Amino acid sequence: MALQIVDGCVNCWACEPLCPSQAIYAAIPHFLIDAKKCTECDGDYADKQCASICPIEEAIVDSQGEALNPPGSLTGIPPERWEQVRAEIQAR
Amino acid sequence: MELTVLGQSQTTAPAAGGCASSGCGSNDDQLNHLPEHIRAKVHNHPCYSEEAHHHYARMHVAVAPACNIQCHYCNRKYDCSNESRPGVVSELLTPDQAVKKVMTVAANIPQMTVLGIAGPGDPLANPERTFDTFRQLTEKAPDIKLCVSTNGLALPELVDELCKHNIDHVTMTINCVDPDIGAQIYPWIFWKNRRVYGRKGAEILIKQQQKGLQMLVDRGILVKVNSVMIPGVNDKHLEEVSKAVKAKGAFLHNVMPLIAEAEHGTFYGVMGQRGPTHDELQELQDACSGDMNMMRHCRQCRADAVGMLGEDRGDEFTMDKIEAVDVDYAAAMVKRAEVHAAIEATLAAKAKAKVETQNLASLQTAFVSLSSLTLPKKESRPVLMAIATSGGGIINQHFGHAREFLIYEANAHDVRFISHRKTDLYCSGDETCGDGESVLQKTINALKGCEVVLCSKIGYEPWGMLEEAGIIPNGEHAMEAIEDAVAAVYKEMGEKGLLDKKPETKQRATA
Repeated sequence: MALQIVDGCVNCWACEPLCPSQAIYAAIPHFLIDAKKCTECDGDYADKQCASICPIEEAIVDSQGEALNPPGSLTGIPPERWEQVRAEIQAR
Repeated sequence: MELTVLGQSQTTAPAAGGCASSGCGSNDDQLNHLPEHIRAKVHNHPCYSEEAHHHYARMHVAVAPACNIQCHYCNRKYDCSNESRPGVVSELLTPDQAVKKVMTVAANIPQMTVLGIAGPGDPLANPERTFDTFRQLTEKAPDIKLCVSTNGLALPELVDELCKHNIDHVTMTINCVDPDIGAQIYPWIFWKNRRVYGRKGAEILIKQQQKGLQMLVDRGILVKVNSVMIPGVNDKHLEEVSKAVKAKGAFLHNVMPLIAEAEHGTFYGVMGQRGPTHDELQELQDACSGDMNMMRHCRQCRADAVGMLGEDRGDEFTMDKIEAVDVDYAAAMVKRAEVHAAIEATLAAKAKAKVETQNLASLQTAFVSLSSLTLPKKESRPVLMAIATSGGGIINQHFGHAREFLIYEANAHDVRFISHRKTDLYCSGDETCGDGESVLQKTINALKGCEVVLCSKIGYEPWGMLEEAGIIPNGEHAMEAIEDAVAAVYKEMGEKGLLDKKPETKQRATA
């Protein structure tokens, strides 16, 4: 049971200091999670810390490969509303 | 001390490298009403004193990459070879590297008085890295003032730690005091180990900001408030923000234009949110200035900028260039103190000359004001003029070489500095931008609203294009003082009857 950082990570460092297990480390081309150390924050926090501060949708996935921050979750705009919101913003 | 590795021979940088204007809104009068202990805090801080920014330099070190909030105008992928814009940074430093860099720059640019940590993330979301840097510098370079920029979320809990260091000023970005507006700017914040979305997140952020502002003011720290003007979101709201932060005791308000190009990959950029036009920005700054000291000389510099405001000498001080440099800081401090004393002497002489001129002027007007007889009618409208200058407060730059124009407004009573407009700061202006617009056309768009451009020389092609755009090119005042030339041109316009009504503008309405 471990989380994974995948392509899309922009190396912003936000997750690294928060990990209660020190499982996250800087690497090239992007940060990585040591699967042996990652506890998914069980016993430490209700929310998975790295995923709770990550600013990039789909950059952190669970052991099933499911994105913890799926598309639309961080902008607050579901993909199906994207075009409508874009039109509203451009009318400003 | 061996510093030649940096490829610069001078130990004294140009006296006015960044901003070129003698006026530049720099009224010392802005500071004159302040108590002595506050003036002492701002007199050599380029971001707090308009006067100081002609003489003193600042630098930022990028040690704070992590952030605890998301702003719709920020893209956390913070580097690209093709861009140079606020928040963006090329080289992330460890605290030890940052200290090395600061000391090297301070030895090479003795005018550097202030070290700021401004991201690329939130410095207070990176307290270990930020405070480690401050701690070392307080000890090793006591003649450098320390400064920090923050979104304020973590400020209340860190105020006391912050005050332990050599800090007189803090910059807070406050874009709203209304959580409904905040929800349109901040999609989420990270708070007490959880992500908090939308209005609820914005509400927490605003509370923390206001609390932090109060705590800083209570401790005698000067606070500059930065606000990003986002048309259709907080543009109407920022006057209220200005009033609110002034009421709390903020020292200076800096309303900055949103930068949101699609290629920057920010939410606003991708969604096509526009930035304010020059007119909109100026109108808001003027509206807020009734309540608050407004900053107009901000250059929205990068999180790793080095040098005078308006210039970036960061490339001279990359880690690979300074790693081998051995800085004798004790010797540097002596040199720095000499340079600072010389600057202070120049400023004092200038202030004295100004008082004398004013006394003379008031003496003359007591009799008869000859100039008032030839000035345009009092009701004549104000005119914006753009100035190409490379420094010294004179018109001394070829139109085609200008990467920044100073904008002055002339009216029947006086000439005042309004702002600067970059022609290529945020975009390299070449074909990589992909919008097919020529550099010249971009420059002309940047001058929208101006009726005259004053430069030392100008080519045939831009002359024609400027005229086509309704802007009068003028090279007749080369090497003259900016304010005098602007006044003279305004007077000429009055004599030609050009001030009675605004000419029809042919320019396109691009921001």
